[in-house]
Amino acid sequence: MDGLRRKVALVGVDESDELGYLPHKVALQLHAEAARNALADAGLKKDEVDGLFTAGVSTAVVAEYLGLRPRYTDTTTVGGASFLMHVEHAAAAIAAGLCQVALITHGQTGYSNRSRGVRPAVDPTLPAAQFEAPYGVAGPPSVYSLACTRHMHQYGTTHHQLAEIAVATRKWATLNPKAMMRDPITIEDVLNSRWISYPFHLLDCCLVTDAGGAVVVTSAERARDLRKKPVYLLGCGEAHHHALISQMEDLTTMTAAQVSGKQAFQMAGLGPKDIHVAEVYDSFTYTVLMSLEDLGFCAKGEGGAFVSGQRTAPGGNFPLNTSGGGLSYTHPGMFGIFTIIEAVRQLRGECGPRQVRGAQVVLCHGTGGSLSSAATLILGTG
Amino acid sequence: MAEYRKPIPIPSPETAPFWEASKKRELLIQRCQECGRFYFYPRPLCPHCLSPHVEWVRASGRGTLYTYNINYRATYPGFAADVPYVMAIVELEEGVRLMTNLVDVKPDPDQIKIGMAVEVVFEDVTPDISLPKFRPASRG
Ligand SMILES: [Zn+2]
Repeated sequence: MDGLRRKVALVGVDESDELGYLPHKVALQLHAEAARNALADAGLKKDEVDGLFTAGVSTAVVAEYLGLRPRYTDTTTVGGASFLMHVEHAAAAIAAGLCQVALITHGQTGYSNRSRGVRPAVDPTLPAAQFEAPYGVAGPPSVYSLACTRHMHQYGTTHHQLAEIAVATRKWATLNPKAMMRDPITIEDVLNSRWISYPFHLLDCCLVTDAGGAVVVTSAERARDLRKKPVYLLGCGEAHHHALISQMEDLTTMTAAQVSGKQAFQMAGLGPKDIHVAEVYDSFTYTVLMSLEDLGFCAKGEGGAFVSGQRTAPGGNFPLNTSGGGLSYTHPGMFGIFTIIEAVRQLRGECGPRQVRGAQVVLCHGTGGSLSSAATLILGTG
Repeated sequence: MAEYRKPIPIPSPETAPFWEASKKRELLIQRCQECGRFYFYPRPLCPHCLSPHVEWVRASGRGTLYTYNINYRATYPGFAADVPYVMAIVELEEGVRLMTNLVDVKPDPDQIKIGMAVEVVFEDVTPDISLPKFRPASRG
């Protein structure tokens, strides 16, 4: 199954001008800053964009704000994995001739929304409002922790193993000037941080920030004469298998991630051993641990052992979340696009002190909703 | 009695029988008459085969604890007085799972065991709504 292998390239990536706590900016401005920066990175003009992709807000709203008139649009919104799906959708659209230059944007003010009183409206007729919210289900910590407890029960996964991921990710963040949290932490720091939703300590949970990001995708052919060395899409896959955590078939296993990962590897003609760097959505330490199992980097239940001994830290043999991830770099609410931005930078060799030497194949993996949706991309230089 | 400030379910046409039964201390689930499978949450088309021929069935109210967490923050203001409170997913004897709160138990991982037997209790939250919750089973 070649599918979309090497049909398109990622030619421009960047964040918004600032990341962090940005009470002076709204989400749409962060879309616009990131879009401008990513187009400049690609060496493409705004008027060349004819495909627009975003999540959480209609492309009509974003297109108007940016002064764009796309002929192909996609507002797939299934949580933090959405932006990885957009790459797959953009690749299909480009391969079919439906657009030439696809712009994927994201902007979100998860932090500033709190003081602005912005709360997502809940439709009372939806199952979540009747069968989960009355019990206090509110926000990802109260959802993902349910899955983590089950994994710990079933496979003996420990708080210490989860903390390994937080500590290793923080080490990467110390090497990224754009990361919000750059002070090293220890396993004990994680285990001594306050409970948020047992079994999660504070330092098992991602940040809540304001940030934007954008990615530009075009045909492999068009990519050849652009500014930067092209990064090719080698494989991709996506799936979602439920919406509510109480409807998830097995809380220790994300079947959607198994589907998306398998397809991406098959399309690329590669396997887990061929991956030089992994950028795996870390909404929580547990999200990473489970994703590594479901993607086939280790067997089910062995995620805890796999990440032990700071294996995923700088200098370890499995470079993971080299930007500092959602745990330590930034996390405005949906992190997916930032996995792509970091992957492209690693493949171009632009990462300075955190550059993984010889990175030629990078896997990006997004998780969204209540462990609901998954999307996997395999990117490469050749 | 203090005002109830947690989210309150608003019954919809497809869920009204469930909430009416809860008021009477009965836990209803649904079974498909075509494929024979139980399911929850309520909906008029079977999620397994999309058949409209489905029936309401009174569940025994007994089940086991599938998983839980202990929440130290009240994301909804109404839960502030409850923290730390226990959310749980319970697997009913009939094989379906539902979200609930585990009550009558200390919010302590040493006291709460996945797989433990639990039974339904109903909490009257408004004159119209009673929420099914679960507690450790009194026998067996
Ligand atoms: Zn059926």
